[in-house]
Amino acid sequence: MMTGYPRADGRKGIRNVAVVAYLVECAHHVAREIAQGFRSSEVQVIGFPGCFPNAYGQRMMEQLATHPNVGAVLLVSLGCESFNRYALAEAVRASGRPVHIVTIQETGGTRSSIAAGRRWLEEQLPALAAAPRLPMALSELVIGTVCGGSDGTSGITGNPAAGRAFDQFVAEGATCIFEETGELIGCEHIMAARAVTLELGRELEAAVAKAARYYATLGYGSFAAGNADGGLSTIEEKSMGAYAKSGASPICGLVKPGDVPPRGGLYLLDVVPDGEVRFGFPNINDNAEIAELIACGSHAVLFVTGRGSVVGSPISPVVKICANPETYRRMAEDMDVDAGAILEGRATLDEVGREIHDLVVALADGRRTASEELGHQEFVLTYKAFEPIGPACLPAR
Amino acid sequence: MITIDSRLLLLDPSDNVLVARARLAAGETIAVDGALLTLTAELPLGHKLAGRRIAAGEKILKYGAPIGSATADIAPGEHVHVHNMKSEYTPTHHLYDARANGGPASRKALP
Repeated sequence: MMTGYPRADGRKGIRNVAVVAYLVECAHHVAREIAQGFRSSEVQVIGFPGCFPNAYGQRMMEQLATHPNVGAVLLVSLGCESFNRYALAEAVRASGRPVHIVTIQETGGTRSSIAAGRRWLEEQLPALAAAPRLPMALSELVIGTVCGGSDGTSGITGNPAAGRAFDQFVAEGATCIFEETGELIGCEHIMAARAVTLELGRELEAAVAKAARYYATLGYGSFAAGNADGGLSTIEEKSMGAYAKSGASPICGLVKPGDVPPRGGLYLLDVVPDGEVRFGFPNINDNAEIAELIACGSHAVLFVTGRGSVVGSPISPVVKICANPETYRRMAEDMDVDAGAILEGRATLDEVGREIHDLVVALADGRRTASEELGHQEFVLTYKAFEPIGPACLPAR
Repeated sequence: MITIDSRLLLLDPSDNVLVARARLAAGETIAVDGALLTLTAELPLGHKLAGRRIAAGEKILKYGAPIGSATADIAPGEHVHVHNMKSEYTPTHHLYDARANGGPASRKALP
């Protein structure tokens, strides 16, 4: 049975972790050392590396620190960075979670800050471990999906199987989020035709057009050298495969990083910044996308890989779906689902879709993913700029 | 009419490429476009080959959708990849040239 930790905002968490958040790279080592004294399932590290202020970075950190899978928050500040630690602490406090700031320059340096941080966490952990869980409905679940290390098998097995799982979740009232508009280039018109309103369809097309312009300016598509090794020849080909993750449900909204969808259904997450090209590539790697899916409330993230990714994340479990049967045999310990079985006639798309669905449900009943067991908690967050979403982007009541 | 070899996938009836559903070794005989052909090089899992003759400039169709265009005439059964097709959006980044020039000899450049 699915159970979750009830939060003051009405959401439920399927994990109850304490996060240690560094607010500038200068505080990263201290944050890491604080966390290292604890089990990786209990205490996890997130952070923002820059010293300049950024509204996107501030909002991402707020949404991550008040994510339903988070039960307590320790902020680690050097002391002179521009990140607004007071606003972040207030947002966490207002969410009903315990929060504490360790400011290294005031606490007396590295060792005393590590000791102070550990002391505070030791006081919090017993309450987190003893927190009650309540039954959780499928309609309360938020699931994100991303692909990384894609190859010629991703679009045939893993991505459509994730899409089948999404279709099942949407039918059950859950919230599903797909993303990476830079990997939907070439699919914009067929995608727009699935929007619940014409206006939303235009927003979806505009989001992909924005991505195409952004990447054209930067000179590279959202395409890594390993994608070519795996048989993908162009961004359009990669896009057609990536698009399959969205399944076949109607698209009911478009959100931007940190926007939590208001109700169940299928949403596109627009990850490409608005305005002129600033701050470099929209998402510098897969974990930047995973962090954004989690900031939109994802309890778990489906990660489809062909070449073989190993990553996980703090806060929400990452379910690794391996599209390529050769990769699965080589890297089975890092994978949760063998979607390559479809290519070899050992399973059907529907069967693997159901397996993914049931595995996510089991995550809310104590099951852990391969990346959780292995301690993977890669995290990255860098500068971006966004305008708020337009009125056509959310479903009408 | 395209004859479909069971080791190759035709993802949509309108496609002009086929996808290898398993690694095919050099020297293997495959049935493509009603003829038997011998592979001159290994075709890795997930890679594409031409299901029929494709002229330079023609769209490459996979999943029933255009995924780029041919930069050279492509014969049936020939590997279709970055050496003979291109994106209509952004150029494809790969490391084949770097690998051919400086990579280990055991890892030969594709194609």
